[in-house]
Amino acid sequence: MVREIQSGKITDLVEKLCIDANCNLTGDIYQCLRSCRVAEKSELGKEILGTLIENADIARRETAPICQDTGMTVVFVQMGQDVHITGGSLEEAINEGVRRGYEKGYLRKSVVRDPLDRVNTKDNTPAVIHYEIVPGDTFHLIVAPKGFGSENMSQLKMLKPSQGVQGVKEVVINTVSEAGANPCPPIIVGVGIGGTMERAAYLSKKALLRPVGEHNPKPELAQLETELLEAINKLGIGPAGFGGSTTAMAVNVLTYATHIAGLPVAVNIGCHVTRHAEGEL
Amino acid sequence: MQERKILTTPLSDEVIRELKAGEMAYISGVVYTARDAAHKKMYDLLDGGKPMPFDFTGAAVYYAGPCPAKPGKPIGSIGPTTSGRMDLYAPKLMDQGLKVMIGKGLRNKEVIDSIVKHGGIYFAAIGGAAALMGKSVESAEVIAFDDLGTEAVRRLVVKELPVIVAIDSRGNNMYDEGRKKYQI
Repeated sequence: MVREIQSGKITDLVEKLCIDANCNLTGDIYQCLRSCRVAEKSELGKEILGTLIENADIARRETAPICQDTGMTVVFVQMGQDVHITGGSLEEAINEGVRRGYEKGYLRKSVVRDPLDRVNTKDNTPAVIHYEIVPGDTFHLIVAPKGFGSENMSQLKMLKPSQGVQGVKEVVINTVSEAGANPCPPIIVGVGIGGTMERAAYLSKKALLRPVGEHNPKPELAQLETELLEAINKLGIGPAGFGGSTTAMAVNVLTYATHIAGLPVAVNIGCHVTRHAEGEL
Repeated sequence: MQERKILTTPLSDEVIRELKAGEMAYISGVVYTARDAAHKKMYDLLDGGKPMPFDFTGAAVYYAGPCPAKPGKPIGSIGPTTSGRMDLYAPKLMDQGLKVMIGKGLRNKEVIDSIVKHGGIYFAAIGGAAALMGKSVESAEVIAFDDLGTEAVRRLVVKELPVIVAIDSRGNNMYDEGRKKYQI
């Protein structure tokens, strides 16, 4: 049986999720900021974490953007193969939702039409859309607007297989160390290992969506996440980069099969907001 | 509770000299927003021998591009953007008399040398605390490059905008010092 979904419904959902993601800090990150404030060793760091919590409270209360960088809108579509979209193209439905959400939510328009001529499109379109087709007739959306203070600090390396897990650790720690204060710590670190170059990058972005405090189901990868988080928090970068024991809130690793000759590693850094909101139709 | 250190712009050389890396302060008065595209335009104006969009003497430039204002509000959320992208332009603007910069994140050696040479200062605002900082803004008006949208130069009047001295006029760098202190 084919299930039909009106494209207008998709537009409405995207509009709502754009505003929600930008104005409401997710509960997991909010709670983590609160516990980090208790554990933080630097007094200034504690004060900064307190300011971030207060800022999130104001944003939620007033439906105001948590950060002025309301990002380039990344949309993860997970669509059942038995779904049929009616009334227009899926891509246009999503972009129209972005257009409306950014206008209605008083969100900043930060997208330029071309990376070299750099003329602002003034409606934050186009979105970056990732499609995943799955069995069944479900339709699931995650809107994850990505700020570029942290995006610019992300890196990808094609390691040799012989460099192994040690090589992976070095890439992750060096990326965070070089980023220093720039990506607005405390950060969330998304790590994609394996696949091809673009698959590793995609996984590193997808990893940012996992709730803080949850781990990769594979025990050895969960262990790697814990070790990396500990190592990162020894760097001393601290809240806002002014020194302290809270540099990252989580390290989330995702992996995929890869080629006999390669070991791609992508590190995508998310700031202390790491916006995302999800919904279903 | 310690009394708040309030700095009213324009800042005199004397006030700048007394500030030390790591100190918290609150800026009141006029600040001008300018980020990537506005810096490029100012740079081009300088190359053409044209005047700057505002008087640099004692002025504070805030690396920021705000969200649109809701009805009845002067401005939307407005926090600092990453200053490093302005490093290419900052020394030349400092040669023209600019001394006070507000942003977030690391600066390169040329900028730090320029701060020391001119007796300037670099403040960091807290990245991402933009809803809160929007409340410090009393009025906002676009004064140049309107076509740049969020990247236009705006004249803001702020009240007690919270900042930390990141690099003081002697070149002491809070980012380095803070990190060394907590590195294990």
